[in-house]
Amino acid sequence: MHARRRFPFVATAIIAFATSMCAPQSPAQVPPRTPQATQATARGNRPPDYPVRPPAPPEQVAHGEQLFRGNCSFCHGSDARGGETGPNLVRAQVVLTDQHGELITPIVQNGIPARGMPKFALSVADIAAIAAWLHSQPLSDRGAPSNLDILVGNAKQGEAYFNGAGRCTQCHSVTGDLAGIGGKYEPKTIQNLIVSGGAGIRLGRQPAGAARPKAPPPTVAVTLPSGQIVKGDLDHISAFVVALREADGTYRSFARHDSVPKVVVTNPLQWHIDMLPKWRDADIHDLTAYLSMLK
Amino acid sequence: MTRTGKLLLLIPFCLPNGSLGGQGLDPALLTKPATDSWPTYAGDYSQRRYSSLAQIDAANVRHLSLAWVRRLTAGPSGGEGGVFGPPASPTITGGVAENPVTIPGSTSGSPRLSGSILQVNGILYVSSPDNAWAIDALDGHVLWHYWWKSRGGTHIGNRGMAMYGNWLYMETPDDYLVSLDAKTGTERWHKEIADFNQQYFSTTAPVVVGDHVLVGTGDDLDSPGFLQSFDPTTGDLQWKFYAVPMNKGDPGLETWASLDAARHGGAQVWMPGSYDPETHLYIFGTGNPTPAYTAMLRGPLDAHTNLYTCSVIAVNVDTGKMAWYYQTSPNDTHDWDATQPPVLVDGVFQGKPRKMVMQASRNGYFFVLDRINGEHLLTTKYSDAANWAQGVNAKGQLVRNPEKDNTVAGSLVSPDNGGATNWFPPSYDPQSGLFYVVLRELYAMYYLTNKDPRMLVGLGGSEQDVVGSLGTSIAAIDYQTGKLAWKYRFEGSGGGATGLLTTVGGLLFANDGVGSLVAFGLQGRKPPVPLWHAHIGSIENAAETYTVDGRQYVLVTAEGSVYAFYLQ
Repeated sequence: MHARRRFPFVATAIIAFATSMCAPQSPAQVPPRTPQATQATARGNRPPDYPVRPPAPPEQVAHGEQLFRGNCSFCHGSDARGGETGPNLVRAQVVLTDQHGELITPIVQNGIPARGMPKFALSVADIAAIAAWLHSQPLSDRGAPSNLDILVGNAKQGEAYFNGAGRCTQCHSVTGDLAGIGGKYEPKTIQNLIVSGGAGIRLGRQPAGAARPKAPPPTVAVTLPSGQIVKGDLDHISAFVVALREADGTYRSFARHDSVPKVVVTNPLQWHIDMLPKWRDADIHDLTAYLSMLK
Repeated sequence: MTRTGKLLLLIPFCLPNGSLGGQGLDPALLTKPATDSWPTYAGDYSQRRYSSLAQIDAANVRHLSLAWVRRLTAGPSGGEGGVFGPPASPTITGGVAENPVTIPGSTSGSPRLSGSILQVNGILYVSSPDNAWAIDALDGHVLWHYWWKSRGGTHIGNRGMAMYGNWLYMETPDDYLVSLDAKTGTERWHKEIADFNQQYFSTTAPVVVGDHVLVGTGDDLDSPGFLQSFDPTTGDLQWKFYAVPMNKGDPGLETWASLDAARHGGAQVWMPGSYDPETHLYIFGTGNPTPAYTAMLRGPLDAHTNLYTCSVIAVNVDTGKMAWYYQTSPNDTHDWDATQPPVLVDGVFQGKPRKMVMQASRNGYFFVLDRINGEHLLTTKYSDAANWAQGVNAKGQLVRNPEKDNTVAGSLVSPDNGGATNWFPPSYDPQSGLFYVVLRELYAMYYLTNKDPRMLVGLGGSEQDVVGSLGTSIAAIDYQTGKLAWKYRFEGSGGGATGLLTTVGGLLFANDGVGSLVAFGLQGRKPPVPLWHAHIGSIENAAETYTVDGRQYVLVTAEGSVYAFYLQ
């Protein structure tokens, strides 16, 4: 219900019976926001928050890169993100403010002796090319796809945990509901499903591949003063109202006054919720390794 | 609601307290507990959000009903009225952008009203990103609307305005402080307060203290945080306090791996602070260190605590000099800032009278400090779920468990990024001695997405998946022990994270997260009882209360509308 038009990516109720997100805050201020890649869709046609620099001519950028490699990378790193002695230039305040080399030029030509930066006899045009290359570098990898392999667990131990201490077989079977799960989802999705039971929400980049399974909703039984019991999938509940959908789709709601009517909510994911404070990360990783093998 | 003919009869300037000359804010109001007005962000400087108004109480609250509702529209056509409605109100346009960036909620449509609303002499002053309104508190009629043409910036919210005499102060996401004439909404001046190129964005409510307008700002790139003080009349800068070391020799530099790291270290001041008139100390919280999700380049060693990030800081309001600080989370790696409202409480602590400041921090821990000197008095965990710390050190600070950092394989961590709490204002009730805060107990898998720390800038390098929750609650913390007297868990998916209000009438107002403003009857150390509710949709801010024309009102926003309730 917090799914507001401007912040759809932050504000979605996540675990059916368990939670709510806070209203969107800013990043430093807030729940993480969807990275640029997916933000475009989430935000519709909204322009980026900050002006995008118009791209410089490719030959100028290429020239600037060449000059940077030859003159600057020794201290500032080959990608300008900081080296042994020189700071990260991509996020440097002066580079962020600079438009076409006008702020960078005096620094390059005069050096900063106090900080050990020598001066360089580069022309204004050359420095403008370096600036153009610097400005072409992505500021942050926020939202960039991750290619890192998260599979570090031990599949054998995962299997033992699945059949033993984890008590996963109470509800699940690798030949039943989980058959072939390793072929359906990428490891990160499987790992998150292990913990959430299917009701999680990814706040970052969306993985490729199949959509996640839909989590079974909580159910509710309402005992009316007459003794009649009305059951269905929980629609919503507050201190004042409980609403449900019966098996045939009929929507019904009831006013609540103190403990009347009697309301019992059952969440099929309760085991997963109860596990949250108990998990060891190593067991999660082992289970992920095991289930990812089930192709 | 009351869009009837009688509205047409109302002359916009016929205000409860009469003359136009009486519209200004008497600064003396600011140092008193919130009563008939709501003149600053939290009602008063203490940020207790506790009202001594007693008209509405636990016995009669079930008769609370709608006084009026005013739906607002952002952007150039954001006034009110027309041929078939009440008299049209003017929209005044400001801003430096020739071609304003189109942003729903700012340039058109329904605004997000998550800030505090000022009420001074019967007029409400409402703000949202790039928009401000003056509204008659008696019937919701819009007197004027101001719209700022934006050059962009993160439009995450606006926490409200400040007032000094007849002048209002508002920050814009594209980093201006704008001063408006409260009578007409016309602009007096605007001043640039931060560098847009460094991706600062300004959302917070300024706070007026004496002849100072205290202005914070925000940033999600690796830029340094600061608090500034401006002259309320001229808008000239009086002082600027950097929350990280900026030069060689600055105190705290030894807590950073390098000067360059410190100068890019964050500590944004994006929430309003509290003010103690006795000591002249303005007390506020600072944001997380940046890059947010790795300490490798800014704090590889234990000594690298990254001052003054994630800290509660007291500055002398006249000089801008820091009197003391207390860091709640040394070397944070989860973007859990300590900007949550520091609440000022005078009381007895362990048998001794103390002037205290308390914070329920985003990291899941509650802190009590002596606000005269910053002495640490108490640290306790108010979130059962929080699992990221391996202990508390001798200073009462949390010690991070590195296994719960962002990791390549993923770490199951609580709180989630949103935190155990966040911007939503808590409330302190002196009758019960309890500190109430909305508590979120969510878990997320935290993944490191890049092994090269140099690639992690700002909020880069992390991917997080919320994977579960123990629920959202109102926690009542006994500051004497730090223990919870009770925890009221919202049912269902509920748990409105927009803040709290308590009153001497034994009431606590909260958002239940499923569309209702709820009035709870407080029962001391027993859990509260829901007594009244109004289903008005997604609630956006913390409720406020004040009197107009002798009647007590409760004010709250939902879905771009302002709702006023009173006893019929």
